[in-house]
Amino acid sequence: MSPAEAAKREDFRAILDMVRPGARVLDIGCGEGLLLEMLARENGVEGRGLELSPANVSLCLARGLAVVQGDADHDLADFPNQSFDYAVLTQTLQAVRRPREVLAELLRIGERAIVSLPNFAHWKMRWELLTHGRMPTTRALPRAWWETDNIHLCTLRDFTVLCDELGLRIEASMALADGQAARSIDPQRAIENWRAEAGLFLLSRK
Amino acid sequence: MDKDVTSADAPDAQGGYARAGGTLAFGPGKPLRLDSGGSLDHVEIAYRTYGSLNAERSNAILICHALTGDQHVASEHPITKKPGWWTQMVGPGRPLDPTKHFIICANVIGGCMGTTGPSSINPATGKPWGLSFPVITIPDMVRAQVMLIDALGVDQLFAVVGGSMGGMQALQWAADYPERVYSVVCLAAAARHSAQNIAFHELGRQAIMADPDWRGGDYAAHGVRPEKGLGVARMAAHITYLSEQALQRKFGRELQRDGLSWGFDADFQVESYLRHQGATFVDRFDANSYLYITRATDYFDMAAGHGGLLADAFVKAREVRFCVLSFTSDWLYPTPESRAIVRALNAAGARASFLEIESDKGHDAFLLDEPVMRNAVAGFLASAGQTRGLGAGGLDVGGLASGSLQP
Repeated sequence: MSPAEAAKREDFRAILDMVRPGARVLDIGCGEGLLLEMLARENGVEGRGLELSPANVSLCLARGLAVVQGDADHDLADFPNQSFDYAVLTQTLQAVRRPREVLAELLRIGERAIVSLPNFAHWKMRWELLTHGRMPTTRALPRAWWETDNIHLCTLRDFTVLCDELGLRIEASMALADGQAARSIDPQRAIENWRAEAGLFLLSRK
Repeated sequence: MDKDVTSADAPDAQGGYARAGGTLAFGPGKPLRLDSGGSLDHVEIAYRTYGSLNAERSNAILICHALTGDQHVASEHPITKKPGWWTQMVGPGRPLDPTKHFIICANVIGGCMGTTGPSSINPATGKPWGLSFPVITIPDMVRAQVMLIDALGVDQLFAVVGGSMGGMQALQWAADYPERVYSVVCLAAAARHSAQNIAFHELGRQAIMADPDWRGGDYAAHGVRPEKGLGVARMAAHITYLSEQALQRKFGRELQRDGLSWGFDADFQVESYLRHQGATFVDRFDANSYLYITRATDYFDMAAGHGGLLADAFVKAREVRFCVLSFTSDWLYPTPESRAIVRALNAAGARASFLEIESDKGHDAFLLDEPVMRNAVAGFLASAGQTRGLGAGGLDVGGLASGSLQP
């Protein structure tokens, strides 16, 4: 992904709209650091990153970003309580070993968490499962079941229930679809659980 | 007079950039305060520089050497005639670039390559210090480096860079002089010596002190050197610098000649290699310096002065940019030691980056040609240079910025 492509990513744009200017942000799974770079440039954010791939960490260093190699399951414990205004986790929660603990960690580290995840209840998923009886492979989830990193897929409904159990307030919800502007939704509505390809949430503690 | 250049190496411009160096001698008005309580008068600091200080005095980089390193980071060693111990990282087009940076490297206090150490003459007695030399620490080494950069007219270092014991000094710089350090690169290091680190050093010291030629540290007066003991110390230490895989790959069970000797000659190539390492080391290193410098690293524990909280050592260093690198097969200063540093930096709110580099070459990987390390340090320093107003010219990080490192 090039910086120009990153600038067009609707989930990035939606996150830029959510983050208060000048805030401290931890981007977990920050990749090449493109979101952090946009946040710094457009929102004056003081950013930090956590990234698994050494090659990506190198790219982040060359961009002047402060990024630590590590993964969400093991290395969030290294960050102090409430050290960030926002902890951001995009398209990663479904790939961690302990999503529940990671979600709790986000709101230990950050005053707010921004989380995006694919919606397994999207109509295309349901249709594939219904018609072929096989694990769906779609644009949002392109890999076969035996090679996917997504070991903890869930639906929007599942996610809102988990937030409730963890005592988290959903301050904002957006539906994401490739190439379309993020759309504000009520995640409790059944229709959105059909329509949203992915969800983006702004969370805080109740 | 406070300071005086007692000797200056002939400056030259080999490789298209200025190279200079010499020995700075500080007068009695400039004592070096020591952690042990006293101070050292008449301190001499031997150093080399590569490149030129810019008009803004903003491009100085201090390289801190490791345990048995010296100031000859990218220039021929006067004894071994080797081309410098870090030419993979220092040179035109390299991450530390003398066409762009003013690179300083000095022999540490306690050393034996020209800086005041136990083999220097004690001005009070006219004889070598020997064991009457005060025990020195990593912060003492840094304090001596501050005297040097003051004398060179540098207020703030653009970067302090070091591996192993050099990384310890780099961290200490940030903790003690945060306003004088813009960025820190800490390679294959730790914020304290572990029990295992101390144990290996003790083994080396005991080997030296068990050599009859050590003479209670007074060997110079007897015209001898404890070469056997120092050689054994080096052999033991050298094993800790390599990984098991590296040793196996290099030597396996290969023999020196056909068949076994059925005795205690160096049958195996690995034995011969270690003996060679020990034998050549004694030509360039002083046994008492080895005692003092290993002691300095054993005493090193940055959290100790802060109630055991390493983060508190870095509270004043929030503005410093840190790049911490470790190597997967380094069992001397393994990755968890670097992670502890990064955790403390995060807790202190500093700008910390960390990368664990895949390598099977052990602790010594930081001295070798490791492209991932080179790219990471180059990228880190180039981007820090841009925010510091140094520009990015001279460094080949174009490939990095355009994403060619993608897996």
